[in-house]
Amino acid sequence: MKPILEVKNVVKQYGDYTALNNVSLQVPKGSIYGLLGPNGAGKTSLIRIINQITMPDSGEVLLDGEKLNSKHIAQIGYMPEERGLYKSMKVGEQALYLAQLKGLSKKEAKDQLDYWFEKLEIKGWWNKKIQELSKGMAQKIQFVVTVLHQPKLLIFDEPFSGFDPVNANLIKDEILGLRDKGATIIFSTHRMESVEELCDDIALIHQSNKLIEGKLHDVKKQYRTNTFEVGIATDNQAQLLSDINGRYKTLPANFKTLDEELKLQVSLPDGTTSKELLNYLLQKGDVTYFVEKIPSVNDIFIQTVSKR
Amino acid sequence: MSLSLIIKREFTAKVRNKSFIVMTFLSPLLLVAMAVLIGYLASLNGSEKVQVGIYDQAGVLKGDFKSTEKTEYVDLSAMSLVKAKEKASQDFEGLIYVPKVDSLSQLTSKVEYLSNDSPNLDFVAGIEDVVNNKLTKNNLKQLGFDYDKIEKAKTDSTIHLSKFSGEETFKEASIIKIVIGGLSGYLIMMFVIIYGNMVMRSVIEEKTNRIIEIIISSVKPFQLMMGKIIGTSLAGILQFLIWSIIGLGLFFVLSTFFNVQMGGAAAARPEVAQASQEAMQGIQIYISELWKLPLLTIFISFLVYFIGGYFLYSSLYAAIGAAVDSETDSQQFLLPIIMPLMLGVYVGFFSVISDPHGTVAVVFSMIPLTSPIVMLMRIPFGVPLWQIIVSVVLLFATFFFVVWFAAKIYRIGILMYGKKPTYKEIFKWLKY
Repeated sequence: MKPILEVKNVVKQYGDYTALNNVSLQVPKGSIYGLLGPNGAGKTSLIRIINQITMPDSGEVLLDGEKLNSKHIAQIGYMPEERGLYKSMKVGEQALYLAQLKGLSKKEAKDQLDYWFEKLEIKGWWNKKIQELSKGMAQKIQFVVTVLHQPKLLIFDEPFSGFDPVNANLIKDEILGLRDKGATIIFSTHRMESVEELCDDIALIHQSNKLIEGKLHDVKKQYRTNTFEVGIATDNQAQLLSDINGRYKTLPANFKTLDEELKLQVSLPDGTTSKELLNYLLQKGDVTYFVEKIPSVNDIFIQTVSKR
Repeated sequence: MSLSLIIKREFTAKVRNKSFIVMTFLSPLLLVAMAVLIGYLASLNGSEKVQVGIYDQAGVLKGDFKSTEKTEYVDLSAMSLVKAKEKASQDFEGLIYVPKVDSLSQLTSKVEYLSNDSPNLDFVAGIEDVVNNKLTKNNLKQLGFDYDKIEKAKTDSTIHLSKFSGEETFKEASIIKIVIGGLSGYLIMMFVIIYGNMVMRSVIEEKTNRIIEIIISSVKPFQLMMGKIIGTSLAGILQFLIWSIIGLGLFFVLSTFFNVQMGGAAAARPEVAQASQEAMQGIQIYISELWKLPLLTIFISFLVYFIGGYFLYSSLYAAIGAAVDSETDSQQFLLPIIMPLMLGVYVGFFSVISDPHGTVAVVFSMIPLTSPIVMLMRIPFGVPLWQIIVSVVLLFATFFFVVWFAAKIYRIGILMYGKKPTYKEIFKWLKY
């Protein structure tokens, strides 16, 4: 599918410091795209460029095949990691103001606000000031403000921080709902379990360079190590262990089972198949557990970042 | 579109602020209260009568010290010197000691004034005047002049001022010009400082609230900065309008009040009527002089310089606000802004008043950072049109340059958190 957002060879320098070094990305339409990277990798610089807060030194960014211009401001919604609203301004007025800045008419903004306030059950907050609200409540307002103008590209930086599990779930469902309605979502986070759960595509930026990009399962395939976790019940565990070690590289494994069997991580050498391993193990005892070890996003992240 | 939204928000945020409302309605009251208090204290100070002793061994000068409303001279020559000193130090403000001398001319350096506290300069000058007068008279007598004749021969002349165009002017006009010029210059300085600070605070607020990132993903930093400056200035203009209305109202109430009182007093005592009539004539002169001033020019140039000066300075304030994280960090950058303002006011008060068309006054009324203040102080005295035009053109050219420069700092600064920048770093931002 045609990507909704294309980042082409973007370079951004601050003085002598290179924040983005020739970074290119393709965000498919309708996807949830995880933008990963350790702190200071250059994610925020990239997000700011996409939001036209700053300009790239070279390279370009295309939205729907068109070079970024002021028209696109109304088509992007951005929730920064550092949340912020005017503390002494009333919730309703503030939301109206921010929506109008995004190009909505007052009437449209009001209708959208009514819809979202109803949906998130925050109707009574209209005349409250932000400083009277709790942090989680303010986060909800921040979310509403981000999505109010029905942007086709949404950028969330750590969207779940500050929410209790109930509200985090609520927001997650809303994000999925927006995706189903056709919005594309860029999702920057350090919480790998939510990447695992939500993202269709990921990109990993480290030290100003893009290291990985692709469909989540493609990336995982790429990082598969042909390692299997096995559990074998036998009388003589020590004998079995030395036998297996004679043929394969193993590590102790840790997974939950009911019996006290031998638990191992077995790495298959190149050219061998899982079928051979399983056949071999079946001769040795009762195989109670046999699962390919799929690399988690967390593993991929740590492996890639620490390799450098 | 976005700009007007921002202006509207900034304006309402300022105007709805409690401190704005309090300031607007309370400060005129405070001003009046202060004036009354100062007047009261001044009258207290003036009404105190001081007693001064004289110990005149020669007996030549004591007759020349005439007691006045403020000072009473008491002759202590009859006592011994020690006793006179004792008494004067206990009961009186001080003691004038005139020693016995062979010839009067020796008194030039022999008269002493003894006191517990050091006397004020006017008082000492007064004593010196008395001694000098006496000695001069004496000298003249010795040279064979008749002092009384000389006194009679003295004249008191008044110079009538008029312009080549034929209108007559009064000395009072200068006072009015100084007051009007000084007031407008001072107003501009106050407005720049108060509202410039407001702009800075509102930039810092957005930075610390972290809302800045959301706003500038919707609008250009330049628009935000301009919206802030314009919105805040509108709030300031509103405040001044309210003050002017209150001031005018107060003026009318007071003048009717005084008129009634004066009329009543005049009916009762004819000599008061005479005095009040003279006072009225004086006021009429002031009023007619006021109308002779180029009021329209003053008003228009006040607006022009006000806009130019305020925008110039508040864009600098905005840039500072963007560069720092908190108000306490802003001090080191504020000094270079406050200095030219202060300089403007001082140059205005010292050099414009003494010589409105002197080189210093002319130069400072051209330099853009001081021109809004200094030129406004000069305008009531009549300034050639070309000077005004040059000064305004310079002011607005600088204004556009400074806005461009401030916008660059602003654009980078609002996204920088956490550390206090140095001048060097800010200079680097200009190149990003």
